[in-house]
Amino acid sequence: MTSSLLSCNILLAGVGGQGTLVAGRILGEVALTLGLDAKVSEVHGMSQRGGSVVTYVRMSPSVGPPLIDEGEVDYLLAFEQLEGLRWAPSLVQGGTLVVNALMIRPLTVSIGAATYPEGIPDLLERAAAGRAKVIALDGSALAAANGSPKSLNVVMIGVFAARSGLPKEAFVSAIDRVFPEKLRAMNQSAFAAGFEKGRTA
Amino acid sequence: MRSIMLGNEAVARGAYEAGVRVVSSYPGTPSTEITESTARYSGIHTEWAPNEKVALEVAIGASVAGGRSMSAMKHVGLNVAADPLFTLAYTGVGAGLVVVVADDPGMHSSQNEQDSRRYAVAARVPMLEPADSAECRSFVLRAFELSERFDTPVLVRLTTRVAHSRTAVETGERLEAPLRAFVHDPAKYVMMPSNAKARRVVLESRIAELARYCEDEAESAGLHRWIRKGTRLGVVTSGIGFSYAEEALPDASILKLGMVWPVPVGLVRRFAATVDRLVVVEELDPVLETELRAAGIELEGKGLLPRIGEYSAATLRRALGDDDRKPAAFAPGSLPEAPVRPPVLCAGCPHKGVFLALARVKAVVCGDIGCYTLGALPPMKAMDTCVCMGASIGMAHGMDMAAGREFAARTIAVIGDSTFLHSGMTGLLNTVYNGGASTVLILDNSITGMTGHQQNPSTGKDIHGNAAPAVDLEALCRALGVRRVRVVDPNDTFATERALREEMAVPEPSVLIARSPCALLPDACRDDVLYRVEPSACTKCRACLKAICPAMSGGYDGPVVIDPEMCNGCGLCARFCKFDAIRKEDATS
Repeated sequence: MTSSLLSCNILLAGVGGQGTLVAGRILGEVALTLGLDAKVSEVHGMSQRGGSVVTYVRMSPSVGPPLIDEGEVDYLLAFEQLEGLRWAPSLVQGGTLVVNALMIRPLTVSIGAATYPEGIPDLLERAAAGRAKVIALDGSALAAANGSPKSLNVVMIGVFAARSGLPKEAFVSAIDRVFPEKLRAMNQSAFAAGFEKGRTA
Repeated sequence: MRSIMLGNEAVARGAYEAGVRVVSSYPGTPSTEITESTARYSGIHTEWAPNEKVALEVAIGASVAGGRSMSAMKHVGLNVAADPLFTLAYTGVGAGLVVVVADDPGMHSSQNEQDSRRYAVAARVPMLEPADSAECRSFVLRAFELSERFDTPVLVRLTTRVAHSRTAVETGERLEAPLRAFVHDPAKYVMMPSNAKARRVVLESRIAELARYCEDEAESAGLHRWIRKGTRLGVVTSGIGFSYAEEALPDASILKLGMVWPVPVGLVRRFAATVDRLVVVEELDPVLETELRAAGIELEGKGLLPRIGEYSAATLRRALGDDDRKPAAFAPGSLPEAPVRPPVLCAGCPHKGVFLALARVKAVVCGDIGCYTLGALPPMKAMDTCVCMGASIGMAHGMDMAAGREFAARTIAVIGDSTFLHSGMTGLLNTVYNGGASTVLILDNSITGMTGHQQNPSTGKDIHGNAAPAVDLEALCRALGVRRVRVVDPNDTFATERALREEMAVPEPSVLIARSPCALLPDACRDDVLYRVEPSACTKCRACLKAICPAMSGGYDGPVVIDPEMCNGCGLCARFCKFDAIRKEDATS
């Protein structure tokens, strides 16, 4: 981990319905397995309806507030390009930004009231100028190739697992605890694909 | 056992361990998961009530009959339940009764920002405020003890960040709280003036006892915490404010109040004497600040910290600490601005067409609380008012009465099925009784949608998904005296528009029920069908984008594209295409 091995702030950014809540739950389970304290803050209700959603995950020996202040994010896992751009300013110097290639156009763009910036992963890479590790991937394709596009959240966790240096087994067992039996094999395979991507990035 | 739980799940766990027998609630973000979670424990009878007032009355009945009971609601729900609450404070309880209220500072999913501590003060009911999931569990257990020891209802206040954060909880076993014998005691439970006058005196002496408890015992009972650090700065806080203070001001001494009303003025005075500077950290209203100032304690509060919205550690750092932030990865201005992504009506929402029809008939729309409030946003902009649950119908009638028949022909009330049953039907009764001519459009999606699919009396299922009697909305409206009750299929935008024009024109009350289940319900989800744009046939006229569907994009440089993952197969877009470019496909092939 960037700041210290035992303390880490992760921001999961996506669009309502992309599975950030479940990803947050998995990370919470991972922390608990490792004997760490963890807080996972979610957003429910109105903002979930196709709007921008974020889940904050903090793990350390003793976590303070569940929210992560701007500029204190160690890992930004962006499930969608535009959300990666939106939350990039919250990343600390030396942090890691994982951005999924998926583009979900907000209504403001669909109706022509705004434009969706082109080539966000490249923009992020250039603007980071070495002050952050930017990993761009087509996580949705990896998820689809491993069973279901709905496993994108687990692919993203796989990338994080590889970059964080936390014990891989903690993730594998957390995934088994969070998913029902019939979804386990598919999610383990999606996790492995994400892990491989993170390891080689 | 140690596990990681949502604050709301931990409240339910605490209630389970406290031996609660009955839970009755109405859903509302951020409180909904409390009741969904108690429903999963055996030994607790859990039910959704049609509104918060009924829910609390059910809990009161359970308590008087001798069973521990609980009701959970959002802050505005407590407004609805305020009537029984204020008199419940007079009667006291049979077995323990706890009311959990979840405030929403920052209005993540609410129409206003209310501080429920004001209800504790006004109703003279003690209030506890946990700061994390572990405290959600332990404070609810403590709340039941206090309720029985002092013969009072107890309020437990959460805020969104406590209710919707997952943190570690050590769970215990369920206590056996045997049913207490019902006691026939009209002097205590029949609140007519002669009895109430006596209970009023009891209420005051009880508050005095509770104030002594809060001063002398609450710290050793694990409710208050005094963290002794530096003497330069002392912070008095409660709930989530504690975690912000702990993180942002590591050198400050902190007095964390777990029982926030009555305010332990003596304890704060002793704490104040140990520090040079005293600051009260409380989100929303200056409740502690006002009481402490009245007691003559010198402090800083809302002059220094905001009165509006949520706090964070950064809020306190900016106001009080060293705001020496770590360097950010991205320099300010190095990235283009990301266009906003507001919430929208879902892809395939069958009720979307209704708003398109409303926009076309140029109606003055009195809206209500639910998913359909999103119809107020651009580009639909098909809503003129939204105040509170059920308000649409009363407001439409008021408009008609003030502005006359011609204006009345343009006004319409739009309300969901669950909201209509919550508090819309009394409004409709009023319209009929007082000779109104409003048109009421009930959007019946067969579920309580915005809060995440809770059953209600019109869905035919109870909280467990078991079969339950379903109210007949048409018969109900007729019974209230409405002669013109029609059902339309909102997927047929044009038929809906025709029906709207006809009903709005008639000079008597009418109800139009637009009936089609929420697109996200398992039975409604059209996994078998999806729509695709044939690029060669698309003229880029963008007429289909009137469907305002999050699954659709393009139409400027290239043809319109429908994301197959997001398409729920409603076909609304295809109705707008004059070139047959949008084609239905079998998704299973």
